[in-house]
Formats: sequence, C-alpha cells, structure tokens
Amino acid sequence: MAAPRPPGFALDCPVPASRYDRIVLGHGSGGRLSADLVRDVFLPAFANATLAALEDQATVDLAGAGRIALTTDSFVVHPIFFPGGDIGRLAVHGTVNDLAVGGARPLVLAAAFVLEEGFEVERLRRVVASMRAACDEAEVQIVTGDTKVVERGKGDSIFITTTGIGLLPAGCALSVARAAVGDAVVVSGTIGDHGLAILSVREGLSFETSLQSDCAPVTSLTQAMMRASPRIRCMRDPTRGGLASALNEIAQASRVGIELTDATIPVRAEVRGACELLGLDPMYAACEGRVVAVVPAGDAPDVVTAMKGHPLGRDAAVVGAVVSAHPGVVTVRSSVGGVRTLPMLTGEPLPRIC
Amino acid sequence: MKFLDEYRDADAASTLVSAILRASTRRWVLMEVCGGQTHSIVRYGLDELLGDAVELVHGPGCPVCVTPLETIDRALAIASRPDTILCTFGDMARVPGSRTDLLALRAQGADVRIVYSPLDAVAVAARHRDRRVVFFAIGFETTAPANAMAVSVAHRRGLDNFSALVSHVRVPPAIDVIVDAPDNRVQGFLGPGHVCSVLGTSEYDDLSRRHGIPIAVTGFEPIDLLSGILAAVRQLEDGRSEMENCYGRVVRNEGNASARGLVESVFDVCDRKWRGIGSIPKSGYRFKDSLREHDAEVVFDVGDIETEESTECISGQILRGLKKPGDCPAFGTRCTPSTPLGATMVSSEGACAAYHAYGRVRLGEAGNGAERGQRLPLVSLSGGGDGARERGS
Repeated sequence: MAAPRPPGFALDCPVPASRYDRIVLGHGSGGRLSADLVRDVFLPAFANATLAALEDQATVDLAGAGRIALTTDSFVVHPIFFPGGDIGRLAVHGTVNDLAVGGARPLVLAAAFVLEEGFEVERLRRVVASMRAACDEAEVQIVTGDTKVVERGKGDSIFITTTGIGLLPAGCALSVARAAVGDAVVVSGTIGDHGLAILSVREGLSFETSLQSDCAPVTSLTQAMMRASPRIRCMRDPTRGGLASALNEIAQASRVGIELTDATIPVRAEVRGACELLGLDPMYAACEGRVVAVVPAGDAPDVVTAMKGHPLGRDAAVVGAVVSAHPGVVTVRSSVGGVRTLPMLTGEPLPRIC
Repeated sequence: MKFLDEYRDADAASTLVSAILRASTRRWVLMEVCGGQTHSIVRYGLDELLGDAVELVHGPGCPVCVTPLETIDRALAIASRPDTILCTFGDMARVPGSRTDLLALRAQGADVRIVYSPLDAVAVAARHRDRRVVFFAIGFETTAPANAMAVSVAHRRGLDNFSALVSHVRVPPAIDVIVDAPDNRVQGFLGPGHVCSVLGTSEYDDLSRRHGIPIAVTGFEPIDLLSGILAAVRQLEDGRSEMENCYGRVVRNEGNASARGLVESVFDVCDRKWRGIGSIPKSGYRFKDSLREHDAEVVFDVGDIETEESTECISGQILRGLKKPGDCPAFGTRCTPSTPLGATMVSSEGACAAYHAYGRVRLGEAGNGAERGQRLPLVSLSGGGDGARERGS
C-alpha cells in the first residue's frame, strides 16, 4: 500500500480531486490514482503512525524484543506464466523485496490463494513448485496459508497474496524521508525489464524478443549494499510505476529535489526499442529485481562497487543526485542537454503487471 | 540503438544549435505541426537551447486533442449500448467527454477494449459475431491507411457487425486556416514527417508556394527537428519559401502510393470540425457511400449531441500559434491532465499536456511564463506515463 505522499504534504496549488467515483484500472497502477486512493480511503480509516510512514514495509517495535518489518502484497499478473518468471515466483520475490529494501532479512511468508473455478490443478502445481523454488532462492519459508475458490468468471485463474515478516538489524533506520541534499542516487541494473517482458506476451500486443523478467530476490544485494555503507538513507524496489514513481515518492517524502542524467540510466536496447514502438517511457516501466537507493555521495563509490560484485548488481550505476532546488520534483537531463520533469505516473499504461 | 541514437546525439545537436544561432539575425516564429514534434521539443528542451534565435509555437497536429467533444460523447453513447464492444487507442480512452470517459464507463460495465492496431478490432468483431464492434478511428493522414485497411478487411470478410466511428483530419487545410488568419504570427513550418510519408510532399510544395512560406518537412527526433529548424531559418534569412524535405530517410516526395490508394478506396474528403478551432472545409475524411454500413454514425443513431466547451480554455489560440500554455490562467490549477478543460490538455501530445508533464511553466507565474522561457517547476503534479499512444501525425 505504498503511496508517495506522506500526510501533511501539501501541494502548492489547488489540484482538482479525481474525477472517478468508481474504481478504474488506473487505481492499481502504482501511480497518482493509487496514491489518491490510499490517501483518501485507506489512510483516514486506519490512521496510525506506522501506516502513515508509507514505506514499502511497516516497522514494528516488539516492546524491547527487537524490531520486525512486515509487508503484504497481492499478485494478479496476466498472463500467469511469462518470460523469466510466473505469478508464483513473483509473489515470493515481490514480498521478499519489499522487506529487503527496508533493510530487513526476510524470515517467513504467509500465502493466500484465490482460485477460479475451472483452473487446472496441473497449472496450480506448476505455480506452487515455482514458489517453493523461489523460497529456497530467497532463503525464506511459507509457514501458513489460505485457499478460496470463486465461481468461474469471478476471478482470473489465480490471484495470490503473500505476507512477509523480516528481522531488522539494530540501528537500521532506512526511510524514504531521509534523502538529503548532496546524496547520490544509485540503481542496481537495467530498468523496465519486467514490464516489457510481460507486455511482450500480452495478447494483441505480443512481439518477438529475448527479453526476460528481472524477477529475483534482492536480499543478498541489499545486505551487501548496507555492509558497504551503513549510512544508506533509503532503498526502494521500483515495481509498478517504475523508477520515476519510486524516486517521486522519495523526493516528496524527503522534501528534496532529485536530478537524473538520462545517459547514465541503464536501459536494455530491447526495452528501449519496445518502448519506442509502443509509446512508453522506460522510466515508468516496472522492475521486479532491482534496487534504487539514495546514499551519501562519499559512500556512493563503495556502494556501487559492492553492487557490481553481486550478480544482480553488475550494471549498477550512479544515475543522479539529490538537490535543494525544486523540492518534491524529479527532473532528468536529456542527451541533448534539455531538462524535463519526471512526474508521478498517471493513468493505466500497463495494468496487471504484478 | 541504431537508427535512433544517432538522431539524439549531443555533439550533433550542439553543432546544429550553433549553426541555427549563427544563421539567425532576428527571432523567427516557426510552428511545428505535429503533436509528436511538440512532445519531443519540450521533452528534450530544444526550444530553450535556441534562445532568442527562434520561437517555436505549437500546431494543431495532435489527433486526440482536435477530436471534437461531441465525437467523444458519441463514442461514450455507443459504448453504453448493450451488446456493443468499443475498441479504441489508449490515449482516447482517458479523454473525458461532457460527463464521463471510456475508462469510467468500463468500470460501470461497458465493454471498452484498448487496442494497438485497428486490425485487432476487426479480430474482435470476427470473434464476437453476435455483438456490434465499433472502432474509434481518429488520426491524421498517417493513421488513415491502417484504419482504411481495417474497414476494407472487415468488409471483404463480410463482418457486418464491424463499424468505425470516424474522426479523421487532414493537415493541409489546417495550415491554410492558420496562415490566412489576420493575426497569424507563423513565418515558417516544420512539416509533418509521418503524414508526408503517406501522402508525399506535393501538397506542401503547393502550400509553400501559395502562401510564400517555408515548410521544412521533418521528423520527431532532436536532430531531425533541429535540421528542420535550420533549413527553415536559412530560407527565411535568404528570403526563400520552399518545401524542403529534411526527413529523406522516411519521406519520399511521391509518398506511399498503395497506402494512399487504400485511403481513397474507403474515404472521401469532407468538411470536418476541429476541437478548439471549428469547422475547416475539406479537412477530414468520411466513409464512401458504398461503405456506409460500416459507419458507426449511421449504424448507431447518435447524430445529434449538443456539448458545451469551457469558456476559459484558450486551446483554440494555442493550436493556431497565437498563445502558449503559460498564457492560460487555468493551466496547472483548474486544468491538468487529470481534469482537462480543453483540447491541448487532453492528450499527452497536446501542447499543454507536454508543458505540464515536463514542468515547463512555473505555477503561480503562469500567464506569461512561457514568454520568459522559464525553467522549472516548483510543484510536482500529475502527467507523465506516456501510455499507449497512437502516432497520428
């Protein structure tokens, strides 16, 4: 339920309220409409300080017995099998990664399945086997679960919700509100692989590509980064809404500006090509095995070196800096020198990618 | 990426900018015709690199923007009918009509499908023979061949449940209107590269001669645009007025004969209303009488729809190059991509939407911000996320 805007944040201008009185697909995009829904519907109902922090995971203090991180996520990706992964693998790694970017070491998961009448048991077995393999890879266990079945036509084959608990090391204080002027922005690898891999197999849109989803557990990567710099301010896994939305969340929560340099952002040629053809911007395309982090500039070389030494961080790069100008706004300098803003995602470019 | 990166090259861009600054002895006013060109110019900040040498004003070439409100209301009325499937490009689905939009209708149960090709809509019609399938066919001469192909394929296959709601527009008559206006400021045009790849350049030769105005036909990448600007500036400085093809890698002067033939076999030229501008003679396409069974306006009785546009919106003046987004007091406050008041804010290729998405006008100072060539954004807003978008011109 991560949303970009902490309570109390006020825009400097009157922005008209959403024009929708029913849920549209854009409410699930991870962008502006999702944030509006969280702010207008969920936050007021559940008001508490932990939720209000709007991190990817909640940090819960166990009254002197340490601190845990807790998160939950639902997976509705379509199609359920895609190049480089499937809904089961995504359901494990999505939740593991939400814990990992909070600095936590994931311990256990719960999994709930909503199955549609008529869904083949053989395909369910494939999904479950994939989840088991993903758990082994991420060194977690699924320790409890639930299954519900809905009538044919009332679901779409299978939806999975996973909930995860992770252990936070003492002193870990990562937060999207901690980015400071002068910090460097680092990315662990190419952006948009997952989003475009899913699009490549969508009916009506399929195109030939060797592109694979980057779906992977980032725990050992984030742990290596934290060993390289204990002063890392925050980390995010840029899923729905992509790199642009993740950085907007940080810029807004920390009340700082972020300036990116287009030429330094790693994007695969296949992703760029597909985005050009489809009129999409890779900055808004989802990743499922990447980390974006804000680190003190002095620590950035060590963090990038540590990332490059990890299989998931080979393409790691410094892509921008935190600035005092234009707080709350992310900008990017183009190859020919012009500067543009990179706002939150609006609309529904890629529904059901995770 | 080959065939793309070389047209975004920083050194080549800087060489061209220097050449333009050297060539220009006064501030020339050029209009880029296409929404795609506007988008690139603002995205790459090309207008700012040119400083006082050239003022770029933004033309009417965003097909979503100029689709009349009543046509959108017709699409909404059709989508609300039972047993009907409305297929549309992604951009159009978000554009609000008088009361709602296609995405909201879908949330209420209407069958609205976003397609990337008009032929996908024909496939839907073949799969659902018991339902009426309507494709929302908008765009300039660029998209007309694909839409004509869809109609022609459906007709040949006997898919009498397929129809199209057509709102096609043609560029040259709009250029006539802009140049002929008594208050016109435009001294030269960047011509629509993709439109010319279909229709060829002869109409632009003719426009250039009749109006005594340079037209540099060009593409959509920074180097294409800067090359076109340099060509137009050199013509203006030399006192020449010609059609110049600066997009030779895509545009042949004779165009694409088979695409043109396809369009002529399905559509006739007609008068057409442009949102923000009004009716322009011979500026659109409509179905030939022999194909009226596929005309959604005939199949569905949605002819008379009255609409009222915002009186505050200045998109008509923006589309004719008389004003810029920053001149509008509603920009970024009462009018945003989520709550657009008019044509130039409704689609990501509209001038106002591009300025908004890329943070071009400082809020609170809107009014004359654009003239002062201001940079950056004190407020984050909505916008962004290009989404599925058709390339109309």
